[in-house]
Amino acid sequence: MDIAAHVFSALYQFGDAFAFLVLSACGLAVIFGMMGVINLAHGEFIMCGAYVTAATVHAGLPLPLGILAGTLVSALVGVVVELAVIRHLYDRPLDTIVATWGLSLIATQGTLIMVGSTMAGVGTPFGSFQVGDYSYSIYRIVLFCAALGVLAALYALFNWTRFGVLARATIQVPHMAAALGVDTRLIYSLTFACGAGLAGLAGGLYAPTMTLVPTMGATFIMEAFVTVVIGGADVFLGTAPAGGVLAVVKSVMTSWQGQLFGQIGLLVAVIIVVRVLPKGISGFVLRERT
Amino acid sequence: MTKSVLRGLRAAALTGTLVLGSSLGSHLALAAENPIKLGVLEDQSGDFAAATIGKVHAIQLAAEEINKAGGIMGRPLELVTYDTQSDNTRYQEFMRRVLQRDKVDVVFAGFSSASREAYRPIVDQFNGFAFYNNQYEGGVCDGHMIVTGAVPEQQFSTLIPYMMEKYGKNVYTLAADYNFGQISAEWVRKIVKENGGKMAGEEFIPLGVSQFSQSIQNIQKAKPDFVVTLLVGTAQASYYEQAASANVNLPMASSVNVGQGYEHKRFKPPSLKDMFVTTNYIEEIDSPKSKEFYAKFKAKFPSEPYVNQEAENSYLAVYLYKQMVERAKSTKREEIRKVIALGDVCMDAPEGKVCIDPKSQHMSHTIYLAKVGADHSISFPKVWEDIKPYWLGEAGCDLTKKDPMAQYTPSNPPPKP
Repeated sequence: MDIAAHVFSALYQFGDAFAFLVLSACGLAVIFGMMGVINLAHGEFIMCGAYVTAATVHAGLPLPLGILAGTLVSALVGVVVELAVIRHLYDRPLDTIVATWGLSLIATQGTLIMVGSTMAGVGTPFGSFQVGDYSYSIYRIVLFCAALGVLAALYALFNWTRFGVLARATIQVPHMAAALGVDTRLIYSLTFACGAGLAGLAGGLYAPTMTLVPTMGATFIMEAFVTVVIGGADVFLGTAPAGGVLAVVKSVMTSWQGQLFGQIGLLVAVIIVVRVLPKGISGFVLRERT
Repeated sequence: MTKSVLRGLRAAALTGTLVLGSSLGSHLALAAENPIKLGVLEDQSGDFAAATIGKVHAIQLAAEEINKAGGIMGRPLELVTYDTQSDNTRYQEFMRRVLQRDKVDVVFAGFSSASREAYRPIVDQFNGFAFYNNQYEGGVCDGHMIVTGAVPEQQFSTLIPYMMEKYGKNVYTLAADYNFGQISAEWVRKIVKENGGKMAGEEFIPLGVSQFSQSIQNIQKAKPDFVVTLLVGTAQASYYEQAASANVNLPMASSVNVGQGYEHKRFKPPSLKDMFVTTNYIEEIDSPKSKEFYAKFKAKFPSEPYVNQEAENSYLAVYLYKQMVERAKSTKREEIRKVIALGDVCMDAPEGKVCIDPKSQHMSHTIYLAKVGADHSISFPKVWEDIKPYWLGEAGCDLTKKDPMAQYTPSNPPPKP
């Protein structure tokens, strides 16, 4: 019984870290992996999702609908940003970094000025359960399931739908895709919106568990970038295994030596992986395959 | 002849009037152009903004009141405000700017202890004069600084024994991992030991961390009687929601929460249930002085989410400065310190009577024990009046005699003469 409780506690911590890494990183991975754009405003899309979720829940909507609203609004904002800024910078990848960084500063300060320095939280649903000596939050299990669900949905979207085929064709050889009649601009817009929406979903899912402030996106950023850097350009072959590896590193280090060592562990893992596998886990897997 | 004399006289009279007029005018202009400049360096954006925007507003409120009532010695008070963005390097940059370029008479600066220690050497170097209007881990013995916030002997020597008596002697500390958290945790350790208790555990959390599942489990493993939470910044405040949803259900004690970040207003009840905080002011304090201050604050800033401890510290600091300048008849630091050395610089603040201790240039406070209920309402089970900032003075810091410009801790006390 005691051993079972310990095993469960380790699994729970792993699942919790995995969910946070994967949900923070998915949106970034889609935009980076499919479009090559490094979106430094990623944290602000997360913040947008969280704020819209909290606002709609305060307005009386149930939480799942609030999260959906947060996701959709973030995706819409993503479309606008793509049309207004990103679209003009596809052949200037370094400039997109500066542009999205600028957007993130504007979004953080704009939210501070317009909405104020904090927003009231919505409270975590579902309560807790007990295993052995420890009690756990049920919502954390929901987050883990949501992370798995997002990975499965993305796999289905990009492999089994017409949009997925067109998107992959556009990413691989844009000119050939365009010559065959694919509206590549539309595909880029939709892909960016998909990434922004995933960021909004992460924000919405974590909104009940966190402080809602304009700078909240920053707390996701390190984990998101670490996961994408380790994972490489492919969402499924990269983000998921990277999330798994990093979750083990983080949960083991944190339970052994505390939060600081959890963070150190993440960064050391990045340094090692970047040194050994410059194209990330997915680059390694794909090279093996060909 | 007479005509020309007359003309001359008239000219003389005219010029005389003109000279008189212009000198009078320039004299008046001098008074208007010669304000007392108060530099305000506080975080109006970034991770600490939620707790510190109110400080800027409190200073604006006090300055407006003072200027309406005729200023300080007839000179208006002018604020020179910069947003330090919760960033230590900004503090250094702007501290140089207000002291060198803007040439302010006094600076009110800083929220986090890291930022205070970042700018303090610059104040010392340029021989400036700064107020730190924030509760902190204590120990700054520096003649260039006046601290109006509460210190550990005021907040922990009251809180920890109360909690140990009420809930038990096993204590767990969860603290932010920088100088404030580390030194405050040292104080908690010391006081727990002195009272015959034992530390069930300690964990230090890097600033900006927002996920606490593992820490929550560590706390459950250690089975403490209560948890001392010294969490700083908005990201770390996520702990309460996550601990509540995991049903940790332990009483909490803090010197920083509620009084600074009004977590009980931001989070949904009952996540802060049984949180005990020692603070020298929060807006719920039910005294005529406090109500009056709160009403004035809300009249000027109707959308202010909360009037916290540091807002009151900042507000009373402006009035203390006014009193000291008027008694010293100068804005020079050395003249002002002569007034402080008399030991009777006191005022009736919104919290109650406060005085500056000449040895450490810290303040005595009325300390309120605030308890957060299950519905997040605040009650005050206990009030300690006139708690003096005694530790530095007893440990050997005496700024009336010697100015070491250093920070001390229980494990690193002032050198004995």
